[in-house]
Amino acid sequence: MIYLRLAWEFMQIGLFAVGGGMATLPFLQRLGERTGWFDQQLITDMIAISESTPGPIGINMATFVGYNTAGVLGGIVATLAEIIPSMIIVVLVSKSLARFSSSPYVRDAFYGLRPAVTGLIAAAVVSVFQTVVLDFDLYHVTGRLTDLISLKYLLFFALALAAIRKFKKSPVLYIALSAAVGILLKF
Amino acid sequence: MKELLEIFLLFFKMGAVTFGGGYSMLPILRREIVARRAWLTEEQVIDFFAVGQTLPGIIASNVSVFIGYQRRKTPGAIAAALGVVTPSIIIITLIAALMQDFQNNPLVRHAFKAISICVCALILDAVISMWKRGVKDWVGVVICVAVFALAVFTQLSPVWLVIAAALAGISVRKLREGKG
Repeated sequence: MIYLRLAWEFMQIGLFAVGGGMATLPFLQRLGERTGWFDQQLITDMIAISESTPGPIGINMATFVGYNTAGVLGGIVATLAEIIPSMIIVVLVSKSLARFSSSPYVRDAFYGLRPAVTGLIAAAVVSVFQTVVLDFDLYHVTGRLTDLISLKYLLFFALALAAIRKFKKSPVLYIALSAAVGILLKF
Repeated sequence: MKELLEIFLLFFKMGAVTFGGGYSMLPILRREIVARRAWLTEEQVIDFFAVGQTLPGIIASNVSVFIGYQRRKTPGAIAAALGVVTPSIIIITLIAALMQDFQNNPLVRHAFKAISICVCALILDAVISMWKRGVKDWVGVVICVAVFALAVFTQLSPVWLVIAAALAGISVRKLREGKG
C-alpha cells in the first residue's frame, strides 16, 4: 500500500527535519535513493518549482514528490503526513510556551543542531551540483575530464551565485532569468 | 464554525500569496493578524516565529498552527494548518501534472537545465547564510564538517545525524557549565 508507506516516510521527515523547508531536502534525497521512487533529476525539478511558486518550499516539495510517486492522492497524503507530527508538537508546546522557549535543553540542543543542519544542506548541495553542473554520465562513458566539467554550466553557476549574494532579490527573479538564459543559450 | 472558516481562509491566502515560506509570511501576518484583526500583538507573532523555527517541521505551518491554536484550540490549529497547505497542494499538483506532458519539450528542458543550476546556487547561498548565523565557534565547525562528511560519504540517515547533533550540543554545553 503505497499511501501508507508515503505517509510513514513523510511523517518521519516532518518529525526530524529541523530548520524549515530546505532542511527536508537531505531527507528527500535519501528517500529517493533508498526507495527508487524518484531520481536526482526529479529532486532538482522539485526545488526549482517549489522555489518559484507560491507557498512554503517544504510543503511544495512534499506535494511534488508525493504526486510524482503516487498521483494526486499521493501529493495530498505526503503533504499532510509531513505536517502532522509538528502540528501535534506545536499544540503541546502551545500549552507551555514560556517554559519551552526558556528551557536550557532547547537552547543547548540548537547549539549542536544549527551547524548540523548547515552541514546536511551543504551535503545536499554537493549532490545537486554533481547532477546539474557536472556531467558524470558522459564522463563515465568517455573518461575525458573535459566531458565531466562543462565550462558553460560552471560559469553560469558562478555568475548566479555572485548575483544572488550581491543583490539579495527574491529567488523567483533569478529562476525566471535562468529560464530565459537556458532557452536563449540552449542549455 | 464561522471563525474556523475565517482562520482557514486567512491561512489559505497566506499560502497562496507568499513565496518561500518562513519569514516571508511575516509582513502579511502582521497586517492581517496584528493590525486588521488584533488577534495577537506584534511581540506574540515574533515569539511564534522564534519558537516555530526551533521545532521540527515546516516553519510556515508551525507558525500557522500556533496562531490557530491560540484563537480556537485544536480545531483552530487544524483549520490553520489545512489552510496554509491547501494552495500548495492545488498549485503544485497542477504544475506537476503539466510537467509530465511538457518535460520532453526541448525548450522546457533547456529552461529547466539552467534553472536547476541556479537552484544549486540558491541553496549554496542559503548554506553560506546559515553558516554565518549558526556556526559560532570551533565546536560548531567540527559538528558541521563531521555531519557534512558523514552525509556525503556514508548512507547514514539524516535522522541519526540530527539526533546526534542535538545530544552533542547539550553535552558540550553541560560540560562547559560543569567546568565554569
